Amino acid sequence: MNDRTFLDLWPVVRQLRSGDLLGRGEAAKSGPTRRLTPRTATADQVVKSVCPYCAVGCGQTVYVKDGAVVQIEGDPDSPVSRGRLCPKGSASKQLVTSPNRVTKVRYRRPHSTEWEDLDLDTAIDMIADRVIDTRARTWVWEEDGKRVRRTMGIASLGGATLDNEENYLMKKLYTALGAVQIENQARI
Amino acid sequence: MAECHPVGFQWVMEAKARGAKIVHVDPRFTRTSAMADVHVPIRAGSDIAFLGALVNHILTRALDFREYVVAYTNAAAIVTEDFQDTEELDGLFSGFDPESNSYSAHTWRYEGAEAAAAAGQRDPSQTGAEEMAAAGKAAREGGQPETAGSGGPSVPGKPERDETLQHPRCVYQILKRHFARYTPEMVEQVCGISREQFAEVADILTTNSGRERTAAFCYAVGWTQHSVGVQNIRTAAILQQLLGNMGRPGGGIMALRGHASIQGSTDIPTLYNLLPGYIPMPHAHQHQDLESFVAADAGTTGYWGNMAAYTVSLLKSYWGDAASADNDFCFDYLPRLTGDHSTYPTVLAQLEGTCKGYFVVGENPAVGSANGKMQRLGMANLEWLVVRDFTMIESATFWKDGPEIETGELRTEDIGTEVFFLPAASHVEKDGSFTNTQRMLQWHYKAVEPPGDCQSELKFYHELGKRIRAKLAGSNDERDRPVLDLTWDYPEHGPDREPSAEAVLREINGTGPDGAALSSYTALADDGSTACGCWIYCGVFADELNQAARRKPGREQSWVAPEWGWAWPSNRRILYNRASADPDGRPWSERKAYVWWDADAGTWTGHDVPDFVADRPPDYVPPDGARGPDAIGGQDAFIMQSDGKAWLYAPIGLADGPLPTHYEPPESILENPLYGTQHSPARGRIVHPANPLNPDQSEVYPYVFTSYRLTEHHTAGGMTRTLPYLSELQPEMFCEVSPRLAAERGLVNGGWATIVTNRTAIEARVLVTERVRTLRVGDRKVEQVGLPYHWGVNGITVGDSSNDLVHVTLDPNSHIQGKVGTCDIRPGRRPTGPALLEYVEGYRRRAGIASEA
Amino acid sequence: MSNALYGPVPNVAEQAGYQDPPPRMGFFTDTSVCIGCKACEVACKEWNLVPDDGGPLTGMSYDNTGALGANTWRHVAFIEQQVPARQAVDLGMPGIGAPGAQTAAEPGQDADIRWLMASDVCKHCTHAACLDVCPTGALFRTEFGTVVVQEDICNGCGYCVVACPYGVIDQRKDDGRVFKCTLCYDRIGDGLEPACAKACPTDSIQYGELDVLRARADARLAELRADGEAGARLYGNDPDDGVGGTGAFFLLLDEPEVYGLPPDPVVTTRNLPQIWQRTAMAAGALVVLGVASFLGRRS
Repeated sequence: MNDRTFLDLWPVVRQLRSGDLLGRGEAAKSGPTRRLTPRTATADQVVKSVCPYCAVGCGQTVYVKDGAVVQIEGDPDSPVSRGRLCPKGSASKQLVTSPNRVTKVRYRRPHSTEWEDLDLDTAIDMIADRVIDTRARTWVWEEDGKRVRRTMGIASLGGATLDNEENYLMKKLYTALGAVQIENQARI
Repeated sequence: MAECHPVGFQWVMEAKARGAKIVHVDPRFTRTSAMADVHVPIRAGSDIAFLGALVNHILTRALDFREYVVAYTNAAAIVTEDFQDTEELDGLFSGFDPESNSYSAHTWRYEGAEAAAAAGQRDPSQTGAEEMAAAGKAAREGGQPETAGSGGPSVPGKPERDETLQHPRCVYQILKRHFARYTPEMVEQVCGISREQFAEVADILTTNSGRERTAAFCYAVGWTQHSVGVQNIRTAAILQQLLGNMGRPGGGIMALRGHASIQGSTDIPTLYNLLPGYIPMPHAHQHQDLESFVAADAGTTGYWGNMAAYTVSLLKSYWGDAASADNDFCFDYLPRLTGDHSTYPTVLAQLEGTCKGYFVVGENPAVGSANGKMQRLGMANLEWLVVRDFTMIESATFWKDGPEIETGELRTEDIGTEVFFLPAASHVEKDGSFTNTQRMLQWHYKAVEPPGDCQSELKFYHELGKRIRAKLAGSNDERDRPVLDLTWDYPEHGPDREPSAEAVLREINGTGPDGAALSSYTALADDGSTACGCWIYCGVFADELNQAARRKPGREQSWVAPEWGWAWPSNRRILYNRASADPDGRPWSERKAYVWWDADAGTWTGHDVPDFVADRPPDYVPPDGARGPDAIGGQDAFIMQSDGKAWLYAPIGLADGPLPTHYEPPESILENPLYGTQHSPARGRIVHPANPLNPDQSEVYPYVFTSYRLTEHHTAGGMTRTLPYLSELQPEMFCEVSPRLAAERGLVNGGWATIVTNRTAIEARVLVTERVRTLRVGDRKVEQVGLPYHWGVNGITVGDSSNDLVHVTLDPNSHIQGKVGTCDIRPGRRPTGPALLEYVEGYRRRAGIASEA
Repeated sequence: MSNALYGPVPNVAEQAGYQDPPPRMGFFTDTSVCIGCKACEVACKEWNLVPDDGGPLTGMSYDNTGALGANTWRHVAFIEQQVPARQAVDLGMPGIGAPGAQTAAEPGQDADIRWLMASDVCKHCTHAACLDVCPTGALFRTEFGTVVVQEDICNGCGYCVVACPYGVIDQRKDDGRVFKCTLCYDRIGDGLEPACAKACPTDSIQYGELDVLRARADARLAELRADGEAGARLYGNDPDDGVGGTGAFFLLLDEPEVYGLPPDPVVTTRNLPQIWQRTAMAAGALVVLGVASFLGRRS
């Protein structure tokens, strides 16, 4: 490419030299067009994943460049999906890169009309305090003379969109805390 | 399926290309129907009548696969003479207690084998009927039916049988009598399906079943979300057993579940009534200690007989060295159930003020659960709420801009709920496994760091646990021992100290006495030498390899593709595949060969991991008194069932009857044509002023409504209505009505409509379409209103939520709400503000509202 | 150069000056297996970074996209029809029109429902009028035989917009330039398939060598006809048609008009030589008249 002269690059000349007299093809290609490369080829990393929407579990291939996701498309190796994706799976890149994603903790005081900022570390600490406090206030050792060893003051909802490992830790912790009102979308 | 599982649907299209016939049963003609050979429009909520008529069709014409039925089902089992069927009691089974609205299963038992209730109940032969009823109610409320999630409940011993199927009290004959009035004529009266169409479907089904051909059923929440949801599926199970389709390639029943890892969240459950692997949560009244907990399963045939090993291994996973034989392996650390603590009773507890704190994690109950108002009023009564999600979902902002703020039922300043919104990491920002609807675990890898404060739930909960333990450290309170003794020390990596998801998966898999990863749940012991977080997942980390991360391309494997991911149990892809071979161990046909007995090798072999004791020959007869897996005979194909047979009739385990029965939905426009019992007698009732029922056969609410998904959106909308590319595909909430209904009510295509129930009224744009048929049900014309359920007040595309209309009545086995109701529909937009409340109140008055218990 | 503007062209890339080009690549969209999921619309936008351009609910069945345009390069059409109930002899004569517009048949007795779904796309015509009229060379024919707009060249003159017989190419409002399907030129240049074809769950959109696709389509058509689908037909596969056949062609189950497609599209530059001839004649006549008027003047 570097040894092309101006005459090589000038479309009119190319038009006359090649068989493309009407200048509709090869002669009309611009520099950027010639240098066109799909961003799948220039990614720093290619990572295998699974679609987060429905339960078919289509394989996904995630392309990363400079620490950001630049493309998500189907994984042709998957015997389940064969590289195909529905409109939701096809929108996964927009899902994970959306400017609508909240990236900062939001906090609402009791009776407040607005959200406020809150530091993440503080938020987790406050939540831990509330769990301990609520549990203590609502703890029951026995009911009708039978051992129950629990709190009915704390409940949880959610899990179907989460990983197995996350569900496992959640149930493990809640159970150890004595919380039994633990549920998720499977119940709906 | 084309709407909700489009990529899975490619396999239906492949089958169709090879000559399979596709039948689509649905109240509406959808994108699935467009590809089907036959679309059967059905009145929502009448599936048991339709499927039951198919059962009757098969039985009266003797079209069942007799050899399969006799060998592999309990058709020959004889039932006690105490049993009375719905034919004798006008819609009730024997054993109903009208005061508690629950059944005792005592009179449903087999003759010659006293049926125990689910795990841990006392031997009913030693209890009186009253105690049995109480225990039955407690079991039902404690969600015991679901503990049979990976196998049947216990029936000690095996029943007496009549292999000729002639005994008047054998299951086969009981089945015949039970469904005798489920005729094609009755189907016209109940479902709105013509005799001709019924005959067509019956023909397609029966001619495609047998040795050479198999038929499959696929279903989703159109079956589960009913007060008779579990019985809907049971009827299909009866059909598939009679036709010999269970355990066979191209056969079976496929549950099309709806979320990326909802199967995983049921297996390793964040569910109130289950521990990992469908071990039940202990019940206060039945399970005082480990021994009583595992007692009922001790005498069982099959792999549930090893309940003690699974339970002890789980306890060791949770409490490690602190759990030993001396302290019952910390069994007492487990909190106990005393009834139904599922999500809807929990909402009642929030309304009552007893439940004060709530975590909502990747779910949006304000839009996705039934009776949105109840959900939001419940959350408004909390002390604190933690929401973890990607965007501001309606469940996080109800205090600011929910429908009740608009009407004035709630005032922001009056809501004392403290709300924490913590942003969550997406699936490309964390390692972990999902379990898909085929029980297959697939690993996904972290590709990028989560932005800002976003973190995975793994990180959050690990951190929360660490902080709680640190704050409680040194506590002498016995209450805190389970928290402090918990094994909670996962390796962390990276600058954010993210816990290792693989380490957690390895714990789930289980380790042996030497600390090495186990390969099979058969290695689990009850002496504390093994640990296992979820026994049905044991094997996913076999050989210290993450089997869920296997990605051998499908094109390099057989059509079963066993080296992609890992399915539970033991990487079996079709359950009960022993039934794909005849009693002698030979495939029913070469064409449908799947798993068979290799006499020379002395093992079962085939295209899949055989779902049977590997070296047990087909002619094996277990010795008397054999227990657990030793009691499995060579023809006991259904190894997780305690008697080794598939159950046409369920003597125990279900709260609402051993056989499916047609009842009208809790809100209905019709009187039950089949029985004097209008509704399912054992249905779960949620009584609250915010949950008033519409009266049946009311002129005020003359139409049926039901809800569903669109392919462009996903569940409660948090992951789709916030994205421009999906929002523009379906930009507004709409309803679908037939041209006749549109004419009757003056609705215009593209215009607006208001849909009203006793709960509230919502508005939607209108699509007038022939795809919603006016049904001829008996001599009535029945109109159904179709409602997508994705919309809420937040996002790019916003609209009213159809779940605000839905009344909460529960299936008594699964505690899942129904989604069929009655309504009125009027042209134009709904009133806003307090005027909406007046509008709904006007309807309630005209309906003569009385909240039904 | 024969058939430079009209008529069959055996190798359209060679005609455009490529020496030894690869086989012509294209789309075969088999609408008989389309489930209307719109994965194609989304996958295309995600890959090509096409802006969203949505509006309110259209009321046109499940089609809220409306038509192809600068910001919609794949568009799924939905047509609800009432067809005569399946009988022993299948007449295969469906009607057209809005839902409910026909005499309402008794449900389930006289009429069945049919829901046609089809993913439309730029046809990548053999004779592409947009390409022929482009004054800047922004539009060009690739070595694969596809037609692509070069965004760095386009000056937004809009000539191509009125030239396209299908109404595909269009200007982006806040930009001025025109945009349309590139048949994922960057992807196919790297041996990948276009985003829409890859995503399509039922393989309604098939990508490959045009010859191979045409043969496959012929076989599929025969299969459907044998199954009683008398209305099934191919659209755009015929090199003798008004645009010389298209690189993106379709299997339809009804007449093109039902899908919003022109029944007999002709490349609008077909008569370009004649137009120039006549223009030249007119110009010549003007010159003659002008000269004659001066010649006849008295001094």
